[in-house]
Amino acid sequence: MTNQGAALTALADPTRREIFERLARSPSAVGELARELPVSRPAVSQHLKILKSAGLVIDYAAGNRRVYSVDPAGLAAIRDYFEQFWQQSLARFQAAASQPIQENP
Amino acid sequence: MTTQTQATSVTTSAEVQAPIERAFQVFTDGIGTWWNPDHHILQADLAEMVFEPRVGGNIIDRGTDGSECRWSRVLAYEPPDRVVFSWGISLSWELETDPAKTSEIEVAFTASGPDRTRVVLTHRHLDRHGDGWENMRNAVGSGWDLTRYAEAAAQ
Repeated sequence: MTNQGAALTALADPTRREIFERLARSPSAVGELARELPVSRPAVSQHLKILKSAGLVIDYAAGNRRVYSVDPAGLAAIRDYFEQFWQQSLARFQAAASQPIQENP
Repeated sequence: MTTQTQATSVTTSAEVQAPIERAFQVFTDGIGTWWNPDHHILQADLAEMVFEPRVGGNIIDRGTDGSECRWSRVLAYEPPDRVVFSWGISLSWELETDPAKTSEIEVAFTASGPDRTRVVLTHRHLDRHGDGWENMRNAVGSGWDLTRYAEAAAQ
């Protein structure tokens, strides 16, 4: 799990939030992000460095490129939450659907 | 399905003892009969839930004080096989007004017998809530009250 304070601080910046959201949609290299955003390549690199140290993104080599993507551990908290939420909700639904329907008075 | 898709979605399934038409009907029209009444973002207590049965309709929570919250939009409505609706609540538990930041839930119903239906629920595009996930971690940390669900599931 990541440092919560660092992650909150990192995402307080709108450009970093934009970068994070783009990476969540599809992993990208620095050059690709710089092309799509109104910020310079060095600035993108700096933002990525901060996101990475906050535990929000990871990077890996893909051929001669360095690709950045959202740290799965960051998304894991959301996934765990909804997994639990829907398991519990479907259990309630299961109980309701398996009984005779009660008409509203 | 790609790894990316799996990383940003969750899937849960259940088998219900009901014909497919009824399973679909209870899930949609009867949402208020099974939805946990504590799960809403109204100021007042939840009085009723309305599932508008058409594409572009809403799922509406109505409070005991007459207030209402349209927290979901129906994106596909194909009885008795399939329904898709948005999750328009941000991770900080506020109504999300930007559709680009809402995730979506697809529910597929398949008859597995004359009186049995398999229900597969997929909540996808969770990354659209990305910038608030630290709040969600807090919610996860505090935990849901599992007791009542365990009781319902044990039936």
